[in-house]
Amino acid sequence: MNMQQRNVMEYLDKTVLQYPDKVAFSNGDIKSDLTFAELYKSSRAIGSLLSIRGYYAEPVVVFMKKHPNAVSAFFGCVYGGCYYVPIDEEMPKFRTELILQTLKPRVMICDEETAELSRGMDYDGEVILYDEAIKTAIDDQRLGKIRDEQIDTDPIYIVFTSGSTGIPKGVVACHRSVIDYIENLSEVLEFNHETRFANQTPLYFDACLKELYPTLKFGATTVIVPKQLFMFPVKLVEFLNEHKVNTVCWVVSALTMISSFKTFEKVKPEYLDNIAFGSEVFPIKQLNIWREALPNAGFTNLYGPTEATGMCCYFKVDREFDLDDTVPIGGPFRNTRILLLNEKNELCKDGEEGEICVVGTSLTMGYYKNFEKTREVFVQNPLNDLYPELIYRTGDIGKRNSRGELCFVSRKDYQIKHMGHRIELGEIEVNVNNIEGIRHCCCVYDKEKDKIRLFYSGDIETGEVITVLKDKLPRYMIPNKVEKLDRLPLTANGKIDRKKLASM
Amino acid sequence: MEELIKILKDLHPDVDFDTCETLIDDKILDSFDIVSVISEINEEFDVVIPAEEIIPENFNSAKALYALIKKIEDED
Repeated sequence: MNMQQRNVMEYLDKTVLQYPDKVAFSNGDIKSDLTFAELYKSSRAIGSLLSIRGYYAEPVVVFMKKHPNAVSAFFGCVYGGCYYVPIDEEMPKFRTELILQTLKPRVMICDEETAELSRGMDYDGEVILYDEAIKTAIDDQRLGKIRDEQIDTDPIYIVFTSGSTGIPKGVVACHRSVIDYIENLSEVLEFNHETRFANQTPLYFDACLKELYPTLKFGATTVIVPKQLFMFPVKLVEFLNEHKVNTVCWVVSALTMISSFKTFEKVKPEYLDNIAFGSEVFPIKQLNIWREALPNAGFTNLYGPTEATGMCCYFKVDREFDLDDTVPIGGPFRNTRILLLNEKNELCKDGEEGEICVVGTSLTMGYYKNFEKTREVFVQNPLNDLYPELIYRTGDIGKRNSRGELCFVSRKDYQIKHMGHRIELGEIEVNVNNIEGIRHCCCVYDKEKDKIRLFYSGDIETGEVITVLKDKLPRYMIPNKVEKLDRLPLTANGKIDRKKLASM
Repeated sequence: MEELIKILKDLHPDVDFDTCETLIDDKILDSFDIVSVISEINEEFDVVIPAEEIIPENFNSAKALYALIKKIEDED
């Protein structure tokens, strides 16, 4: 790792000299392509404008559609010494407003379409139009001064993740943890200047760091895949071939969507040789279909929480697995340490289950304007009573197998992974309970079918419940099956009987 | 057709599948829905929709999807 680097934009500063005319970000439409030179220019113009207008070291909401320009806006915020907060156009207004209430941002960058949408929001700050912002004359002196003053623990982004109380939590990440992550991820996955990524994950999650920053670091190329293609497997593979994609870091459900429909009998990815996946357990049957279709490709399982800047563990698939096996999450990246702590806060013995805890530079700063929640999970290392040392408690239960590889077992609480998204069932329940006419409700997750099931009692029809929820929650949090009951089953203690509901 | 409408209604009770012809264009169905619908069709109709038929035209309306199911049934 380059110990001199303090700022993530140093990646772009260097690469633009080497590959000015190479396409950095594309969405498959040549008119939208951004070369490194264009990216450098537009993001520095945005950085200059933010500074000229007096914004510094504060959140800048980037509310744009998924497009190379959104990436340029992110980097513009960083050049300007601010931190970007991506908001999605498909996010329901209610959730966006919750996020805005937490942030109280003074400025937002929009494209033409989202600027229109922003007018309907409870927001009275400035709206900067991307197309206008990039016309700003670049002020090298300002940008240089900002760079000199910035330190590597300054934030660069906030991404919001599901919160069990119904309010999303904003995870704040800084230059240092992102640089640490990108350096070590790149080493593990062996990215280089010939890497051609296909981005799948939304830009409003940390998952897209895997493409964004290695693209800058190596002068690689990222093609943003239109979201609709993830419904149509043959078209998706054809897209990968058309754009000569050789590397994907996708959620498991995007990969299994291709393999489960026998797509490979029709068309195979011709260039793809580096496949990283994460966020969910990869069913071995599907993994085998992939490995059979692409026998020369490398497959890597990645694991990590947003709070530790994306991914922190990896496992390179190196052997056959039985159908009832799970792919290990392996071990930590360099410069990250994993502690497996049992209920007594002691290190687990061989094969003992315990909570996966992360130690190291990869830890983010914590939750924005939420010291209480931060202190619950970013805690003093219980094994160290000599000096302050933070660990992040993931809430994931893991154990080591007989080979010493770390394996994910389950969650400690009601957090689930669904279609690659991290969801607190509690957040869904809070929103259901707020609907007029609901008496009781409970959400359970059917792991086998990957379905969120909502049970409720009350004087409201199921269709109406879903309609109301669609205004409150992002698409991926809407229950897949909603069932109305006369009353919810209770346990002997009078709590809602989740086990019984799950078996219904 | 009724069985198919029921499968779709289970996912989106608020949508009128008898008339809607823009299920894909208007982003009413997402990739999770497509995967669910295909697996339910498999169970209910004993029809396997091949990958090359998983295209927007076949999923934009319940009618188009039903026609696809019939076509595959006839081919068998």
